Order: sequence, then structure tokens, then C-alpha cells
Amino acid sequence: MFIVKYIKNIFKGVKSLLVGMRRTGYYFTHHKEIITQQYPDNKETLNLPERFKGEVVLIHDENNEHACTGCTACELACPNATIKIVTKFDITAEGKKKKALDKFVYHLELCTMCNLCIIACPTDAIKMDQTFEHSVFDRKELTKILNKPGSKIRDGVE
Amino acid sequence: MFEEIGTTTEGDLIINVGPQHPATHGVLHLVITLNGETIKKLEPHLGYIHRSIEKMCESLTYRQFIYVTSRMDYLSAHINNQACALVVEKGLQIEVPDRAKVIRVLMAELTRIASHELWWGAMAMDIGAFTPFFHAFRERETINDIMEETCGARLTMNYMVPGGVMQELHPNFQKKVKEFIKLFRLKVHEYEELLTGNIIFKNRMKDVGVLSKEDAISYGCTGPVGRGSGVSCDIRKLYPYDAYDKVQFDEVIETAGDSLARYMVRIKELHQSISIIEQLIDNIPEGDYQAKTKAVLKLPKGEFYQRVETARGEFGVYIVSEGGTTPHRIKFRSPGFSNLSALDKMARGSKLGDLVAMMGTLDLVIPDIDR
Repeated sequence: MFIVKYIKNIFKGVKSLLVGMRRTGYYFTHHKEIITQQYPDNKETLNLPERFKGEVVLIHDENNEHACTGCTACELACPNATIKIVTKFDITAEGKKKKALDKFVYHLELCTMCNLCIIACPTDAIKMDQTFEHSVFDRKELTKILNKPGSKIRDGVE
Repeated sequence: MFEEIGTTTEGDLIINVGPQHPATHGVLHLVITLNGETIKKLEPHLGYIHRSIEKMCESLTYRQFIYVTSRMDYLSAHINNQACALVVEKGLQIEVPDRAKVIRVLMAELTRIASHELWWGAMAMDIGAFTPFFHAFRERETINDIMEETCGARLTMNYMVPGGVMQELHPNFQKKVKEFIKLFRLKVHEYEELLTGNIIFKNRMKDVGVLSKEDAISYGCTGPVGRGSGVSCDIRKLYPYDAYDKVQFDEVIETAGDSLARYMVRIKELHQSISIIEQLIDNIPEGDYQAKTKAVLKLPKGEFYQRVETARGEFGVYIVSEGGTTPHRIKFRSPGFSNLSALDKMARGSKLGDLVAMMGTLDLVIPDIDR
């Protein structure tokens, strides 16, 4: 009885190996089922989903205007002190002082892409961009000022 | 520790297994006392990637601390976030909309599948089979794409917020998940052909690293490790949270307690996860994806605890609140730590070559053990 069982086990074992090898052989001969992407070569055709969290950007329209009021809601929402809002006082047409955004400082090196600042923004002034290649030669380049030079707040945004 | 090593008898050999370099991620350092090739004692040394996450959380608000927990057990990031969101909701007594509950469960089960797949590939690679790794990662990639489309990230999603989920589901979500489920059913069959039936694999796993039911309970083993030893410890079944009380699924329990049993629990859990997703994907209720919450969350004074079932076992969040905007003290109960503590018990008396199989089936994620 022992011998029969022993030989049976050998045949079972060989069969199980062949079943696995058949699966490997299938993929060896079916190249079309390979889904590997040749990354640096397909850069032009690479489409990231629109929600992909790459980095924070301040949305500017064609008139170089943004919607940031400098309320610092994003700065308070950020867990890592990634965002620093520097405000200044503008003189309005009526001669009144009005708080406005001077510099939107963004430390990309501290950012964990948690999306909390985007949700906190009451005027939807910032969004996540789809860029993901953030390597630079100097760490200082990762500290960015998001508002473009000469940009100002859009009329009607409070 | 060194005194104990000093008491080893003559002829014993003490070897260090890992880490190769302190800067590599997820390193586990084991000090093993060997007699010939037999393991006499095994000591895990932790602390290589301690980031003091619990202390960090004390300075973050109840909205902010959720993202940090993705960095603990990064393979079940969603489920960790879910536990944190649930404990804040429990404290503030926020009523979560049904839609958000179902979305959370769907995401959690997708995460569980992704995690088990990575485990399957990595464990097979530990044992010496290289092909399964690529097979597992191919399907995991599909889940990652689904996550990327809806949550915006592949690994550390931060999709759960107190009161629901962060964003509405992507319009393609249902279609893509259905396609994935259809494909995945076939692929699980492939996995079983490749590895489960393999005679070499079976012989390496069977009766290796046996953990009895009593030991599993006394070491606090949960998840597939506990269930492989016959302990009924599925939090989804015992203490249902979110929408788990609305779905039908079986708690997978194996009684052998060896490595093969733990392996089978995870493979069967893949089927259960598929069935949960199939039940819910067509029945996502309409409504809000997030409950209306105050801008500043303040938990009332007291203690709050919530546990969930991650891919590795029971994950608990314990918060002591003094009534402020940040937690006074926070404690995470991670499944990996308890499961690792049972490794010494399993390994004693077995051969050094079997240790890899035991560690593979424990499914250790080091950042989870070493917060």
C-alpha cells in the first residue's frame, strides 16, 4: 500500500508541476497579453487621471488673474506646513485698505499630496496638477511661489 | 537581550538576519540562536523605521491625522484611514450617509484584494518562485488604476474623511470594477494552478510554523494568521462597521494552523472579497458622499476606540480627548506587531530554511509593526 501511495504521489506531483508550467508557457507564447508600459518612451501618450495628485498649483486664467483671497484656509488645513501665505494690503479704488495675496509659498518637498488644502479652499483657487516628475538638482528649487508675477485677484471673488 | 544570548550553551551559533542597510525601507532584524540548523530562539529587533506616528498625531487635528495612518500599513492604507474616520465619527456622533458607507466598503475590499495579491507574489518570491510575483502585480496594477482614477493616488490615498469620503466616485468606477472582477475570477484560478497545487510549494508549507489555537489567542494573533489557527476573529463579522452588516460573506477559518492554512485563508478571502464587491457594486445608494460636518472638529472629553479588519488583522485606534481640536493621546493597535510576536513560538525547533516560509505567511509590513 505504501508503495502505491508513494508512486501516486510522484505522479500527482509531476502533474501539478506540469499544470503550472502550462500556465507559464501560455504567457510565454501570448505576447499580446503583456501589459507592461515602456515608461520613458511613452511620455507623449501617457495619460494620468484628472484627479491624480501631483502637486498643488494656483489656477490662473488668461488675464493672469487668480481667485486666491489670502484667507490662509489652506495653510491651516495643511498637516505639514507645506503652504505659507504672505499677504499684503492693496489700496482699492475707494481708497480703502484691502488684504490681498502677496506670495503663495509652496514647499513641494514637504507635501504629501493629501488633498486637504484643495478641499479647504473656499474659492477653489488651487487644484492638484498631474505632473509627477519632481526631481531637481537643488532642494531650493522645490520651494515654489505659485502666484505668477504681476497676477492679481479676479474681480468679484470675495 | 545580550545576557540571554550569553547564556546560550556551547556550540550554539547566533546569526543576524537583516537589515542590509538601515536606509532600506521595511527592514526587520532577527537575532537567531541556532543549534546546527535548528532554531533555538528568535528575537525580532525593531526600531529601524520608527517615526513616532502616535506622537505626531497628537499635534494634528482630527482631519489632518488621518493621512499619517496611510504611512503605517501602506498596503491597507484605505482601511487604516477608515478606522480613523470611524473613531472621529463615533466621538462626534456623525451620521454617515449610506452611499459613503458602501463606497468605503468597496474601497476597503479592493484594498484587501490588492494587499493579498502583493502578499501572494512576495511570499512566493521569498520561497523561491519568481513568476507569481509578476502575475500578482499585473492584477494589482488594475486596482491601482481604479484607485488612481477615483482617489487620485495609488498607495496612500487619503480618501476617507470624517463624515464620509473625500470625493464623489469617478463615473468610470463601476464599469472598471465590474471588468476587474470578471477578469480577476479567472486570474485567481490561474494563481491556484500556478502555486496552490504545486507539489514543491505544498511540501514547503505543510506543517511548517504550526501555531496552535491557544497560542494564537494568547499572542493576540488576528487576521489570516489567527483564522489559520482556527480563531474566529473577523471584525467585519463580529462587530460590523459601515456597510458590512448588509452584505453576505463567510468568515474563512482553517484549523491546521500551519503555513499552508494561513495561505489558504488568504486565497479564500480573495473569493469572499470578490463576492462582497459583487453584492455592492450594483447597489450603491444615491445620496451624498459626505455628511455635513463643522469646519473645526472637536471631540468631546473622553475615550474612544474603534477597530476594523485590515488585510493583516485587527487594527484599532484609541483616542483620549480632552475636548480640544487635537487628540490628547492616540494609540494604534497594529495587527503586524502581535502577529510578529508569535514568530518565535512558531520557529522554535524548526529549520532555518523554513523561517522564510513562516515569515512569508505572516504577511509582515514593517512600517505597521514599527510605527
